[in-house]
Amino acid sequence: MKKTIITVVGKDTVGIIAKVCTYLAENDINILDISQTIVQGYFNMMMIVDTNNTPKSFGDMADELAAIGQQIGVVIKCQKEEIFDSMHRI
Amino acid sequence: MINQYEVIETNEMIERENLDVRTITLGISLLDCIDSNLESLNEKIYTKIYEAAKDLVKTGEEISREFGIPIVNKRISVTPIALIGGAACRTVEDFASIAKTLDRVAHEVGVNFIGGYSALVSKGMTPADELLIRSIPLALSTTERVCSSVNLGSTRTGINMDAVKLMGEMILQTAEYTKEEDSLGCAKLVVFCNAPDDNPFMAGAFHGVTEADKIINVGVSGPGVVKTALEKVRGENFEVLCETIKKTAFKVTRVGQLVAQEASKMLNVPFGIVDLSLAPTPAIGDSVADILCEIGLEYAGAPGTTAALALLNDQVKKGGVMASSYVGGLSGAFIPVSEDQGMIDAVTAGALTLEKLEAMTCVCSVGLDMIAIPGDTKATTISGIIADEMAIGMVNQKTTAVRIIPVIGKGVGENVEFGGLLGHAPIMPVNPFSCDAFVNRGGRIPAPIHSFKN
Repeated sequence: MKKTIITVVGKDTVGIIAKVCTYLAENDINILDISQTIVQGYFNMMMIVDTNNTPKSFGDMADELAAIGQQIGVVIKCQKEEIFDSMHRI
Repeated sequence: MINQYEVIETNEMIERENLDVRTITLGISLLDCIDSNLESLNEKIYTKIYEAAKDLVKTGEEISREFGIPIVNKRISVTPIALIGGAACRTVEDFASIAKTLDRVAHEVGVNFIGGYSALVSKGMTPADELLIRSIPLALSTTERVCSSVNLGSTRTGINMDAVKLMGEMILQTAEYTKEEDSLGCAKLVVFCNAPDDNPFMAGAFHGVTEADKIINVGVSGPGVVKTALEKVRGENFEVLCETIKKTAFKVTRVGQLVAQEASKMLNVPFGIVDLSLAPTPAIGDSVADILCEIGLEYAGAPGTTAALALLNDQVKKGGVMASSYVGGLSGAFIPVSEDQGMIDAVTAGALTLEKLEAMTCVCSVGLDMIAIPGDTKATTISGIIADEMAIGMVNQKTTAVRIIPVIGKGVGENVEFGGLLGHAPIMPVNPFSCDAFVNRGGRIPAPIHSFKN
């Protein structure tokens, strides 16, 4: 399974999760895990998503999510899971 | 499954602590380009490099985007040109024409440096080797992205003192030829003892003759990450200190390993090695000297510096070795002056001298690196400095190097600005006493004995 980690960092505001989830649903991206916390006063959300079925390329998905982030004043980043796996798992 | 704190830790390293992959270097063998006709040699070299590297930059950017990790440099290393051009080149201009070809193809494929304008003369020089060495000033002053290196000695062969003498002269001449740009040519020229065949870092990268036709080598970095990790264990004992460095080096190296594997897959080129190096940049927070200060020194250069650097270097290797299947290149902490704000501050404060830097090179990778000295330094003095550094490498069975910049028209106390990753540096004083008679003896220093070690 191809997994991508989506992180959202910024000032908390109404509808962040709704906006991101709407985009994911429209593009056949399944959410496997979702968690959020406040780090140093900033809203921090992480999603692990399954990108097997989406017709979008990784680059398009990353760009479009980043654009949604800009609209609502947060930073949205997509990274393939492997970077975290290789750093934190032996 | 990965948890949020792990994700946050990784992204903090990238965003705040300057974690990056310093370079993906594509090594390309040019042995099959050898031709006795200079024109067709140049053409073959251009075609081979272009075909091999045309997707390198694009691939690097794609990987960078997918993992969200900056890959700062995409570079190329080639077989030492003295071997490739020997059959075709009769004059220094002939050799310099190859440098221009390398420069042209580097621009075309978009890499910022191409290394391998090199000669390996640790025991003796062929006429082609000597001609290439004599062409270095011309080559570096008429190209922008070409890097040159010369291996002058090794533990097995001793030190070629004729070549050491010649390189002193060539470094000075390169400085003279590029004096309009603060002698920038010398920043792209390095001499080695025990040069590795698979080093991905410039200016010393070349594709050794023992290597495959093409290979991907990756250099990781992350002094800022190590420093931040150490901030959390202030006042703890050496055991805790070493464990922290080791764990951090492991994480940093795993990123390099991942990037190397991806690049290898995407370019369909075998993965060579990951070079486990702490390579600083002039950016604030990306400094090896700052790690030494965090370990407990007021400035790099204070008493205790050599010991601190020795433990840092060793722990980086211990942590990194398990993180990667193949480790090579220089692997260790780099201590360039102009590329490290903490080192620059230490020199400006009077804490760090050339002699202390020399001592530090006994325990870390590379050597006297990016050090600006007065432009009126004699060629024999430069050769003397090189000989000292080569001796350290030869006796200690390690790689040592000298990348020193005599800045024409400037003296001690003045500053020199190279720009970009090469940074800026205060000009450091050099011991004024002569070594003319020593350097002028000629011949070579025999290899050291390999038993009776104590």
